[in-house]
Amino acid sequence: MKPLKQRPAQPLPSPSDWTFELINEYHEVIRATAERYGLDTYPNQLEVITAEQMMDAYASVGMPVNYRHWSYGKEFIATERNYKRGQMGLAYEIVINSDPCIAYLMEENTLTMQALVIAHACYGHNSFFKGNYLFRMWTDASSIIDYLVYAKNYVAECEERHGVDEVEELLDSCHALMNHGVDRYRRPSKLSLAQEKAKLIDREEHAQRQINDLWRTLPRKAESDEDPDSAVRRFPEEPQENLLYFIEKNAPLLEPWQREIVRIVRKVAQYFYPQRQTQVMNEGWATFWHHRLLNTMYDDGYLADGMMIEWLKSHTNVVAQAPMQNLNPYALGFAMYTDIKRICEHPTEEDRRWFPALVDTDWEVTLDHAMRNFKDESFIGQYLSPKLMREFRLFSILDDADQSEYEISAIHDEAGYQHVRQALSKQYDLSTREPNIQVWNVNLRGDRSLTLRHTQHMSRPLHDSAEEVLKHVARLWGFDVQLESVNEQGEVTSRWNVLAPTR
Amino acid sequence: MLQQIIDRRLSGKNKSVGNRERFLRRHKDQIREAVRRAVDGRGIRDMEKGEEVRIPKKDLSEPVFGHGEGGVREVVRPGNAEHLKGDRIAKPPGGGQGQGGSQASDSGEGEDDFVFHLSKEEFMQVFFDDLALPNMERTQLAETPEWKSHRAGFTNDGTPTNLHVVRSMRGALGRRIALAMGKRRDVIELEARLAELKALDPNDHEIQRLILETEAHIQLLRERIAGIPFLDPIDLRFRNRVRTPVPTSRAVMFCLMDVSGSMDESRKDLAKRFFILLYLFLTRHYEKIDVVFIRHHTQAQEVDEQNFFHATETGGTVVSSALVLMEEIIRERYSPSEWNIYGAQASDGDNWHHDSGRCREILSEQLLPLCRYFAYVQVAEAEQNLWEEYGKLSETSKHFAMRKAVEASEIYPVFRELFKKAGVPT
Repeated sequence: MKPLKQRPAQPLPSPSDWTFELINEYHEVIRATAERYGLDTYPNQLEVITAEQMMDAYASVGMPVNYRHWSYGKEFIATERNYKRGQMGLAYEIVINSDPCIAYLMEENTLTMQALVIAHACYGHNSFFKGNYLFRMWTDASSIIDYLVYAKNYVAECEERHGVDEVEELLDSCHALMNHGVDRYRRPSKLSLAQEKAKLIDREEHAQRQINDLWRTLPRKAESDEDPDSAVRRFPEEPQENLLYFIEKNAPLLEPWQREIVRIVRKVAQYFYPQRQTQVMNEGWATFWHHRLLNTMYDDGYLADGMMIEWLKSHTNVVAQAPMQNLNPYALGFAMYTDIKRICEHPTEEDRRWFPALVDTDWEVTLDHAMRNFKDESFIGQYLSPKLMREFRLFSILDDADQSEYEISAIHDEAGYQHVRQALSKQYDLSTREPNIQVWNVNLRGDRSLTLRHTQHMSRPLHDSAEEVLKHVARLWGFDVQLESVNEQGEVTSRWNVLAPTR
Repeated sequence: MLQQIIDRRLSGKNKSVGNRERFLRRHKDQIREAVRRAVDGRGIRDMEKGEEVRIPKKDLSEPVFGHGEGGVREVVRPGNAEHLKGDRIAKPPGGGQGQGGSQASDSGEGEDDFVFHLSKEEFMQVFFDDLALPNMERTQLAETPEWKSHRAGFTNDGTPTNLHVVRSMRGALGRRIALAMGKRRDVIELEARLAELKALDPNDHEIQRLILETEAHIQLLRERIAGIPFLDPIDLRFRNRVRTPVPTSRAVMFCLMDVSGSMDESRKDLAKRFFILLYLFLTRHYEKIDVVFIRHHTQAQEVDEQNFFHATETGGTVVSSALVLMEEIIRERYSPSEWNIYGAQASDGDNWHHDSGRCREILSEQLLPLCRYFAYVQVAEAEQNLWEEYGKLSETSKHFAMRKAVEASEIYPVFRELFKKAGVPT
């Protein structure tokens, strides 16, 4: 960390009400402090909004623009009701992974809270968005707002042309598959809005041609029976994990505009995919840095004592962890980053055994490395220390449906550290949190039915809602859809079948 | 580097309105049901208010693929105080509840219905959805005609703001071509001659002279052509706007209510409910509409809104008195050629027995020919002579409708039936 050039003569003024000048003043100091720590961020854009606007933003998954859909309306109504009844406070901030990085400050916040939000969102989250490999790989911060504007207009146009009901049904179906509409391993190419638009027309034509190819085998059914090659040809040749992508490209009956909407939903899902995978890391990182930055400012003599107490109180609430409840990502993340810093600076004998690579390194470099190259699953697998497990008193419980009792499989002791860490790491692995469902087969020469396959993990069955979701798949696919659930021995244990919607 | 803070507080409120609309649209049926129930239960004074709407959670669910109960799972929790490895804990009865894990957090509260508040406007919107005054026609007005200004081609004069540049330039181009045509042809001919002359003997004086002469001529013609003005006042075209009279629709609704002694409190309440609905409907949906309130016992009297709904007065019953008064008022103030006239009457059907026949006569001979629509609501079950007489009428006239409403809950459906928009299925 670079040294402070000059200590201020007196702390910054600290009335509880904020003004634009004061926010600017604080922002400037926070920015300078962050710079001394070498935080690399997108430029910041601060926007002051009202509570109502905050609820608006909540409703459209935190984005400043989004296409219209009833589920966002539902979200808004629920948020508004809870807020009005005082059942929940609104988040102090929303920050958007865009370039420039947009951070919303709520009008109701006190000056202290605004400073906290700036440190948390504009330097914590912002640097995470810019640095973490998942965000770098999967999201394009500079074009997301443009893309959402495009999406909103496109959907609105479709509503006008094809009717609100039709678009709504399509979006419902797409949303049902949203979690299965992401590429987990393949990296998408980045396109600017202009390129995106230019490609749209090409794509529509091309896609339609592809589908026609698929169709072409239909009238030739009789002769193809004799063709041994096509009899064994599978389609898709390999199982596909991105259901929405598969449907966009291959569903025989979709119109070009419907394919484009499927694509829009898929793109949005892909944009949020990294966020879902880095909850602990992202929130922990932001919390760690607001804590660090504000503390440094206090040490430098910028912050008054009253302010310090106020934000610490809020900070303490944020990182509170109730025993036996779900882990609080803020608490876990904050504790882990703080712990890594401790291991770097003041390692114990145990740390030397567990983290030989971390001991006695520069904590800023080590932390930066950790932030950039991991996601929750691997971050916990790599960095969760025995000391932290003891502090959190973590233990793992095994729940086997065949047994009448839970079993404590490991606790925070020498014999259990590895196991607990592994179990927790798996808990954050999206691929085990969500069922593994893939496109298995399309009956090319018969009724064109689509077969999906669920591969069970630890013999966990699918939720009952599967049938409902399958109806949505059938609506998109246009023909019959089957879902097979396959256990670890490769046997099909259950099967769902949904008929094609009648048109 | 000072960064600008953007103040968004004044811009873009209610961004979610579109989403909310879509939400309401989707759950129209439940909302309608809630509105119907609300109207039944309400007092007259607070008819016009928002309403809580309940929608069962399951109707709102957005299904996704997820893990169900069963199988083997391992969960890590903090705060272990008493357990050691290998401990076994009995599961709570009723399956693996309490294991929550990943999916629990996003729904907020679980078991309750989804309840939300319908605003006053939305409530009224649903309330009067698909209703309209029947047989409304646009009638020409003599005294205060409305004018509408619209485009009507182009004219030769106008204000510069209305100048149509493209049209003007097109005219100028045409004029220039037309005026120069003959001269250009001459120039071409003369040039051809000049070329011929130049090919002849250059020393011949006569030919020299002719050449000079032709050249001068060509020069003159070229100057003439160049002299044609680029833009002439006659080229100018202006957008023309004309005003045409627009037929407007004006409507008057007559509300006739029986306040006689036989109308007990509950019946009066029913009648008032009906008129309140009607009144709200009219004032919400039609800006320019007159409402005339007439109440009667043995005598009829025109009253204002306040007295109509809230004053109490009783006596015997002569229904025809109201009809006569209505006819008088029409004659005085609402000429049928200028007004769409509607009538709505509520009564318990109890009438002085010689009067009912007269009511039918007045209606069929004097009032119905003037009215676009006349609705009669009886707020009692017993079918007395008024109902019978009116029954004859409804068979012959399609402008006349009659219904019975005996309980508060029937008022709204009856009202909807009477004022259903043509072509909308029930």
